[in-house]
Amino acid sequence: MKSVLGDRRAIAILLGPALLVYTLVMLVPVVWSFGYTFVKGNPLEGFRFSGIDNFARLFVDPDIRDALFFTIKYAVVMTAGQVIIGYGLALLYIFVLRRSSVLIRTLVFFPVVVPTVAIALLFQKLFQSAPRDGVVNELLVNVGLGSVDWLGQADTAFLVIVVMDIWRSVGFYAVLLFAGLIDIPEDIIESARIDGARHWSLFRHIIVPLSLPILFSSIIFSINGTIKVFDSVLALTGGQPGNSTTPLTLYMYRTAFAFSDYGYGSTIALLLTIMCLLVTIVIFRSARRDITN
Amino acid sequence: MTALLTDSTVAQPTVVAPPPPRRSRGPLHYVKRAPVALVVVLLLVIEIYPLFWMFMNSLKSSQEFISSPSWWLPSEWHWENYAVAWEAGNLATTVRNSMLATVPSLLLIVLLGVAAGFALEVMVWKGRNAVLLTVLAGIMVPGQMILLPLFTIYYNIHLTGTLWPLIITYVGHGLPLTIFMMATYFRAIPREIFEASTIDGASIIRSFFSIGFPMVRNAVVTVALVQFFLIWNDLLFAITFANRKELNTVQAGLLSFSGEYGQLDYGPLFAAICITMGGILALYLFLNQRIMQGLAAGAVKG
Repeated sequence: MKSVLGDRRAIAILLGPALLVYTLVMLVPVVWSFGYTFVKGNPLEGFRFSGIDNFARLFVDPDIRDALFFTIKYAVVMTAGQVIIGYGLALLYIFVLRRSSVLIRTLVFFPVVVPTVAIALLFQKLFQSAPRDGVVNELLVNVGLGSVDWLGQADTAFLVIVVMDIWRSVGFYAVLLFAGLIDIPEDIIESARIDGARHWSLFRHIIVPLSLPILFSSIIFSINGTIKVFDSVLALTGGQPGNSTTPLTLYMYRTAFAFSDYGYGSTIALLLTIMCLLVTIVIFRSARRDITN
Repeated sequence: MTALLTDSTVAQPTVVAPPPPRRSRGPLHYVKRAPVALVVVLLLVIEIYPLFWMFMNSLKSSQEFISSPSWWLPSEWHWENYAVAWEAGNLATTVRNSMLATVPSLLLIVLLGVAAGFALEVMVWKGRNAVLLTVLAGIMVPGQMILLPLFTIYYNIHLTGTLWPLIITYVGHGLPLTIFMMATYFRAIPREIFEASTIDGASIIRSFFSIGFPMVRNAVVTVALVQFFLIWNDLLFAITFANRKELNTVQAGLLSFSGEYGQLDYGPLFAAICITMGGILALYLFLNQRIMQGLAAGAVKG
């Protein structure tokens, strides 16, 4: 029997095409991109070898410091927001709304599938202050507070990005955590209830420990996703004001295409890849241990 | 795993916590429920009002949007904003481009990904774990890492000016997650089924198509949906490889429309956003259950 499932020709036919595409589109470009980190220039003007200049530049470039800082700040704040609010929603779905949670779940999830550009443009208008106020400022003016130039200042622009991206993505984390919470066996909760565990103590000592694996992988998943933030920031603020809302992804894009510097662009991409790699190693470790089987 | 295959993950959400028996529903009961009701109403407002606001303003003249409060209904309903948006936003072209890029990508991803998942999980051979790990590593690679080499390659083999670069990139970039999800589904099926089917002399390729593929049909739909939303919503590859007006996808087109046109005329801009969301909204409501389950499954396992 081994021989049938080990048929080499069949394996080649089934796996070959996928492996070929994967190699050409992913593996070769990754190695190639790594090669770019040692050169300066672009295909039109030509390349010249620059040794480790690009890596040295990473350490002295103030823009990279800002972009790295923004990326990490965004990843930390977003991960906290996505997981905490998502967990709150998941608990609400299961323990409070119960059967009637379908409508809320459907609505809260909807922005997850909507194109990010559309949502970003919508939020740009909701929070705008010129040439006229958006509805957020209208509201503030009506309750006697002044209108705020939300997207014109670094701090408030960051706030708008976070509010939008939480609005956009939290439904996904709610469903993810919800799916994990359903897997908690009913009899465990029942027997805890019989033993006198109520509300907070039930939550603290039964629900939280049993949902730790899914909470943990949500955290890792969220970090891995938010490090790659690109669409929403590009469409909402374009990295402005100044470079204050420019993540690494956008900085890489600008370096490569606005300044035609493939070498340094690839070096930033490599930094980004290493960050994702480190986080993902943790994903697979935890997933192997806790989630699959 | 079997739970995912039998669609029960989301379908039966409420078995966990049977409500404790309530003896009376006096006034106290409703007072206790009030905070919950408040939270629910607040959630509904937060989710729906921005969309409502956008829709209302897509029907206003620019003059009205500038001069009067924007939070409520328009005084006159300018449906022609939608026609203007459709024309000026070049939406017929961008929707066509998005479809031309998405549909072939999805077909290829599913076909290649399912076959590869089968070969990696069901078939027995040396070194499959190494190959599996190499492919899975691709899940974490950000698009930026493959962007410049691919751009160079497409330029050199004269594929710029067509949608092929997008299709090729989407397939390659989408394969790792697809293969991983498919491998997970195939793991749940006993190998004996495939061994038995080949006893009568059917080749393993044939039993893949006649038995393997049909057995993971539901999973294939789920995987295809996950990939659909990832591809349809992509911006990075779209603005890099299809960076000219006649090749713009919906996302790229909307972004440049907002830059060129959005500061002048608000009604059509809001209308263009509404149109872009509308199609997805319809699709989402139609496939809601499966999408949630699919994304959750892909995420938990991926």
